[in-house]
Amino acid sequence: MTELWEALVTAVKLIISFDPEVMAIAGRSLAISATSSTIAALICLPLATVIHFNKFRGKRTLINIVQTLFSLPTVAVGLFVFVLFSSAGPLGGLDILFTPAVMVIGQVILISPIMLGLTISALSGIDKSIADTAISLGASRLQTAVITLREARFAVLAGLIMGFGRAISEVGLSLMVGGNIRGFTRTITTAISLETSKGDLELALALGIILIVIALIINLVLNRVQQK
Amino acid sequence: MTLIETANIGQKYAGQHILKGVSLNINRGDVFALIGPTGAGKTTLLRLLDLLEVPSSGSIYFDGMDVTGSKRLRLQARRRMTFVLQKPVVFNMSVHDNVACGLKWRGEKGAAISQRVSRVLEVVGMTEYSSRNARTLSGGETQRVAIARALAVEPEVLFLDEPTANLDPVSTSRIEEVLAHIIGEQKTTVVMATHDMSQGQRLASRIGVIMNGEILQVGSPGDIFSTPQNKEVAQFVGVENILSGVIVNRDDNLVTIDVSGSLIQAISDYHIGEEVHALIRPEDITLAPRKETSSARNTFEGRITRIFPVGALVRVEVACGFPLLIVVTKRSAQDLKLTVDKKVYATFKATAIHIIKRWN
Repeated sequence: MTELWEALVTAVKLIISFDPEVMAIAGRSLAISATSSTIAALICLPLATVIHFNKFRGKRTLINIVQTLFSLPTVAVGLFVFVLFSSAGPLGGLDILFTPAVMVIGQVILISPIMLGLTISALSGIDKSIADTAISLGASRLQTAVITLREARFAVLAGLIMGFGRAISEVGLSLMVGGNIRGFTRTITTAISLETSKGDLELALALGIILIVIALIINLVLNRVQQK
Repeated sequence: MTLIETANIGQKYAGQHILKGVSLNINRGDVFALIGPTGAGKTTLLRLLDLLEVPSSGSIYFDGMDVTGSKRLRLQARRRMTFVLQKPVVFNMSVHDNVACGLKWRGEKGAAISQRVSRVLEVVGMTEYSSRNARTLSGGETQRVAIARALAVEPEVLFLDEPTANLDPVSTSRIEEVLAHIIGEQKTTVVMATHDMSQGQRLASRIGVIMNGEILQVGSPGDIFSTPQNKEVAQFVGVENILSGVIVNRDDNLVTIDVSGSLIQAISDYHIGEEVHALIRPEDITLAPRKETSSARNTFEGRITRIFPVGALVRVEVACGFPLLIVVTKRSAQDLKLTVDKKVYATFKATAIHIIKRWN
């Protein structure tokens, strides 16, 4: 018990003293997840709008599939991306396995269903009369889509934040395709996993605390957004 | 000059016909009221005219152009009109930004937008609300913002779907004032749906009666209310005495109609043997305690079966071989000491009766 307490105290000291390694890992985690969230948002917002505003065969099925993929196992995405980018894989020539770039690609695949699905349901939550009003006021299809997205902005933002939350907290994918290379692809979650298995609880706890604080901030923002 | 023309348009939802073969002309400058009961197809027709929906059959022409199919032409035409929905929604932004939307979408620039927005907000009396979030407004205020938003783009046609349906009397008269102003000052073509016949009568220059997805009659308010073409229209426009009978005699154009054994005289071109409905407005019948000499050709003795007050008036039901509904003022009811079962004489002129042919 005392050992655990000492580890916790050291962990807090590491955070308060802005320990360079802890800060570098946390910064890298944030950078990778923010990049993947931004890319996923840029793909998902227009795609969700196209799906929402168009009638086509299999639309319901497509949405069901997207929703099923919300709980896509991170290791499954990891395996897929690994095979895709391994030297024998179809995209092996790019030689980006075990780099932050491939981690971003993996996270984009992982969180896109969440962002896509939640944006579609955010748009569905907006009364059809909003779009009718826009159209009747002379809005083009694009202008109608933009105003509807704007009306759904709080729910849409909640979806994007959920996606970011999943990206920053996943470990399996980053470990498999990033390789947990110190100073290069090591993120909060992969570092915690490694340090814990090594028995170096101080660093693991410090990073764990930072991750929880990030999760807390995300939740606070989410709550604020949803109350609007 | 015809601005909007529909050629035999129909609309089907899930295999059900909502509109059937509607052919309608709306002229530039018309104030056209579509009246009809709830569910008659008024909203569907407005949505088709505003090009929000594509009809399942028939064609729509706007300013001479067939705008039924082409998306580009529809957007072009739609930008010359606006539609205030029955339950108007405002965007989650300030009143000013709401009203500015249509202008922004048409590519107008900042200064021009602000100028136009302030002008229309003044027209609807909402200037002081300009910076408020539109979602915090009451029903009547929301309706005024919606109208301002529609007017801001200076449309050639303004569509209004039941503009006062969900409002209290004060808000209703306020909206009607605004509409009267628009109609009078701006010469905008207005097409409005209403189930309130008196509103149609107050505001419209032409009225179309729509029932069960079909246009039954189009004409001036005077025509529609004094000479409805059939029983359904008559019932809808408030003719409450609709008597079924057969013409048994004709002298010039003075006809005698046999209504359940009683003979009624009216003016009509129909011939002997024809089955007709005689339409009499309750306010065109007078009641007297004794038989009096008058120029009116129809006087019937009967007994009062029911009396019930409505506002400042009293509605009296009299059985005189056929049922008649008569409206008198409260004062008259007191003076005549009207009570149930009292014997009275109901009198109406031959010219107060409108005769229509019975088709069933």
